[in-house]
Formats: sequence, C-alpha cells, structure tokens
Amino acid sequence: MSMPEPRIGTIREAINEALHEEMRRDPAIFIMGEDIGVAGGVFKVTAGLLKEFGPDRVRDTPIAEAGIVGLAIGAAMTGMRPIVEIMFSDFTTLASDQIVNQAAKLRYMTAGQCKVPLVIRTAMGAGRRAAAQHSQSLQAWYAHIPGLKVVMPSTPEDAKGLLKSAIRDDNPVIFMEDKMMYNQKGPIPEGDYTIPLGKARIHRTGTDATIICTSSMLYPGLEAAERLGQEGIEVEVIDPRTISPLDDETLIQSAIKTGHVLVVDEGYHSFGVTAEIAARVMEGAFDYLDEPVRRLGAADVPVPFAPSLEDLTIPSADRIVEIIKEMRA
Amino acid sequence: MTTQSQISPPSLHHADLPVELYLDMYRRMVTIRKFEETVYDVYSRGIMPGLAHLYTGMEAVAVGICMTLRPHDNITSTHRGHGHLLAKGGDPRRMFAELLGKASGYNKGKGGSMHIVDMSLGILGANGVVGGGLGIATGAALSAKLRGEDCISVAFFGDGALNEGLFYEVANMASVWGLPVVYVMENNHYGEYTPPSKVTAGTGPARAEAMNIPAKTVDGNDVLAVYEAALWATEHARSGGGPAFVECQTYRWRGHHMGDQGDTYGYRTQAEIEEWMKKCPIERLRRYLTSEKIVPAETLQQIDTETQSLIDEAVEFAKQAPYPDPSEVFKDVYA
Repeated sequence: MSMPEPRIGTIREAINEALHEEMRRDPAIFIMGEDIGVAGGVFKVTAGLLKEFGPDRVRDTPIAEAGIVGLAIGAAMTGMRPIVEIMFSDFTTLASDQIVNQAAKLRYMTAGQCKVPLVIRTAMGAGRRAAAQHSQSLQAWYAHIPGLKVVMPSTPEDAKGLLKSAIRDDNPVIFMEDKMMYNQKGPIPEGDYTIPLGKARIHRTGTDATIICTSSMLYPGLEAAERLGQEGIEVEVIDPRTISPLDDETLIQSAIKTGHVLVVDEGYHSFGVTAEIAARVMEGAFDYLDEPVRRLGAADVPVPFAPSLEDLTIPSADRIVEIIKEMRA
Repeated sequence: MTTQSQISPPSLHHADLPVELYLDMYRRMVTIRKFEETVYDVYSRGIMPGLAHLYTGMEAVAVGICMTLRPHDNITSTHRGHGHLLAKGGDPRRMFAELLGKASGYNKGKGGSMHIVDMSLGILGANGVVGGGLGIATGAALSAKLRGEDCISVAFFGDGALNEGLFYEVANMASVWGLPVVYVMENNHYGEYTPPSKVTAGTGPARAEAMNIPAKTVDGNDVLAVYEAALWATEHARSGGGPAFVECQTYRWRGHHMGDQGDTYGYRTQAEIEEWMKKCPIERLRRYLTSEKIVPAETLQQIDTETQSLIDEAVEFAKQAPYPDPSEVFKDVYA
C-alpha cells in the first residue's frame, strides 16, 4: 500500500491556513495591519480572514507602524494574543522602539508579572526589484535583542507549523516571511500540527561539508549541494528555521561530522546572522574543523534597484558552489 | 509655608461630596508627598542607586484622576511615576524596596524606579521612554473593547511626550475606533530642561481636538478641579464616547531628576519655584477642608502622622529586604 500523496500548497497558503485555524481555535487572537482586511494584504496572505472573523478581529489600521505595535503590546499584556502584519521588514524600524524597548523587555523588567504574546509578521528579502527601502532582511537586529524570538521559515510545511507555534508562544515573536517565497510550493501535512521553535531541520545529509542556510537561502543551498553531489562532494544542508532561539546543537554536530561549514543568510554580511552562527559553530566544534567557518551574506550595500546590480548583492548557488570548492581545495 | 491669601480658592465647591472622599483624596496626596520627600532624603544620602524623578508638587493630578478609577481600570505611567502608582493603590513598601533594588520590590529589583508594574492593580507600568506608555494604555483599551470588558485606560504623559510621534499614531486610532482611553497630559512646564514655549506649537487640547478627541484644560494644582475633569473624561470613555483628553497645568518642585538641583542646568529661577510652591495642592485642599469646616484640622494632622509612619515603615522594610539572588539575572527573559 502506498501512502496518500501529500497535499501540495504554497507558503502563502500555508500561512493563510495557519491564521485561519488559529483564529478559529482561540478567540483571544486578532490580527491588525495595513490593508490586511478588505484587501487581504499586499501579498494576499490574509485573504479571507475578514470575511470569516469580521472587522473586530481583522483590523485594517492607519499607516502607523509604531502605533500598531504599541496597541498590540497593550492588548497582549491584558489578555489578548495579537498578530501584527508590518508590510516590509524595512518598516519595522518605524516600530523598533515598541519592539525593542517595550515588547522585548516587559517580561524581564517586571520580573514575570506580565507576558507579551505577540506575533509580528513581516516580509523580508531582496530580489523583488524594490530597491533599498523594501528589500532588507533585518532579522539580525531582532535576534540581537533578549526577549524576542525570531522565526524564518523556508517551506510551506515549516511556515504553517512554525507560525502556529509562534502564535501559541507567550513571548513576542518576529516572524520573517521572504517575499520571494510566497509562491514556493511544497507539501503541507493535513491536520493541526506545530513545529517547535528552536529546532533546526536537516534537508539533506552529507559528510564532506555543511551548508547552514536560512529562509529563502535554503534553495540556492540545496541547488549547490545537488551540483556538488554530481561531482562527488556530499554536502549536508541545514535550515535553523529559528535564529532565536538557535539550535546550536544540531549545527555543531554537523560541523563535527563534516569539518567544513558555510553559513548563508540574506541579511547584510557585516555583524549579521552568519557571523553569530559562525562564532557559535567555531566555539562548539573548533577541534573538529579543518578550516575556519566561511560565511555568505548580502553585500554590504543598500540594495540597488537595477536587476543587474541587485542580483550581485544576493547570495547565489554559484557563489556557494565556489566557496565549498575553495574550502575543499 | 503658605498663607491663605496666596492660594487661589478651589474652582469648585463640592459641598455634597462625602467627607470620606475628601479624606481619601487628602490621604493619597500626603502619601505621595511624604513618599517623594523620603526618596529625596534617601537618595541624597547615597542609599538609592540609579535615577529618581520626583512627583512633589504634582500630587493633585494623579490623585484627582485616580479617584475616579476602579481597581480593574488600567493606567500607564511615566518616568516620573511614583505618584501615579501610589494614587492607584500601589504598596509603598514594595515600591520602596524596588527603588533600592531589593528582592521584595515589585519587580524583584529588576526594574527600578521607572518600571514598576502591578498587574493586579491595573498598573501597566511606569515607563523609561518618554511617551512609552501611550501605546500600551491604548492597546489595553482596545483589548477591553474586544473582550467586552467594562474597563478603561488612563495614560499619564507629560508636556514633553506631547511632541512624540507615537501619541498621534495611537490617539488617532483610539479616536477612529472609539476606544475607552483617557489621555492625561501633565503640563509641568518643562520637558527635562526645556519649556513648551520653546518647543511646542499650539496646545495639547487643540491637537487632541484636531483628532476629534474632546479636551479640557484644568488647574492641575486644584485636586477638585482635576477630579471634576476626570469624572467627565472617564464617564465619556466608559459610556462608549471614545477617548478624552485632559491637560493639567502643574509644576514639579524638584528638578527633572535628583541631579537637577539648584542652578545646575540654569533653566529656571528660585523665584519661579517659590511662586509655584505657594500653590501647593495639598495645602490648598487642607485650607479648603478646614475653612469650609468639612474636616477638623486635627483629623488632617492625624492623617499626616499616620502617613509618615506608613512611609517610615516602608523605608525600613526596604532597607531590611534582601537583595535578589544572583540566579535572578537570567530569569524571566522569556515567559
């Protein structure tokens, strides 16, 4: 007997399903953001919510990011479980005081007297030809702050399961959705399932090198591994899935096994996620590494508009193949 | 300290208010005054770490507003928050312990003067960021509306916070969505060391009215005037009318913080301070209650004595309390 074919859907559909199912499950959940109701969101991720749950729980807001997050924090402190959509992660900077100084710190400053169960969904990533103010990947900013969790799904299955976990979490969670992946297809398991925050996923096993790649960087990572495999280099590909908390153990164990590690993330190269992961892997696996951990982030320039220029700033499968070969040389 | 001729008469004569209410008002104001002046003393002797922003002289605002709130109504406070917390029922012992960084403090010593919270009293926090409580208070009002709970929010903020953009973002949403929140602007005439006349165009009430939020300005040193405005504003919010705005004109006797004494920053004169001290809100209520023969002077003196004992005991409790266990440093980062 063969297993039934798994249902195939997009990341957009997976997130949309998670929102619908969670809002049906818990009346304390509501969602607000710019154009998320009538319009269904600029990326159509929230389509259908307004019709099912009505304007109290699906709130179109003014264009006022600090105010939106500020209200969500107050609501979260007093019994609600708000989900906020900030259209582009670039615009989270407008709410960064609320995220960094209020949401992240209230639990600790009050010695546990209150909690802030808040999810901030936001679109990240370059490649959309949207130029420097609509293309950034600011996950490192928020992973830097104690009290926040940062989630970066790469597949439909993960997006749905991780978003459900984020919504059920009692802490503020930044949920980064790569805008170029909303149409990414993959299997979506049936039924209610969650994926724990802080657990990496090994997408491909190998013994010769490890590629640790976040969010949409999984796909150039897998493509590079495939090409390298044809040349006899067996590469392990791991997606941390959440960078705060970070599954150090899985990453370090792979480094110990392969001895060669490359970290790929779409945030800026300098002071980025790649630097933190490289440091943790080197601290945990130093004696087993054949060379320093290499890293590949977005170029340290504001994301340019011209497609020919923008493509030069984003990590690519070609570049990953080059680096792995350099390491193995 | 003051003479009757220097104190303008109360704007209102609430002859029919119960005596107990007057006594409650008086007791809460004296509690704040004695608490703050004790902080001044303790801080000056080097016992208290960190920063202290004192509420001395502004007592009528916190008390006049909080007298109209119920235990489950929510407030957010400011960096100058001790007065709001005490007026809402905060425990002076746990507050003082927090100021000294002790384990028995409201926040186990992890917040300090600017971050005290008591969720059970609807105190959603003092806040170290100017205007920082405005979003939280407005969000709590949204929460109450969504949950169908009969509960309002009050956001205290200063003339300095009036120029923070967050106010306009959240007050606009409160107005559009009809949220039950009252914005109480404490105009103490200085944002840190700068007067509104130099940095603020127009007025708070006019800005609120531009967002269809009804507003009043009152003498913030007249607790009865504040109380009456608070009754209006809270009733407006409770009855589904949406947000309201009250500007209370007042003055802080002490500096912006404990380091702002004498002529350190050179932004105000001793004569100006003394002129405002003549408008002491506590003295003003005392004169009114005794001259109108609502309460005998001895009753008020007894309250003074009892309150002093309460504060003395709070300080002693705080001094004796243990410091937090070192393990506390890593607790409660996450829920």
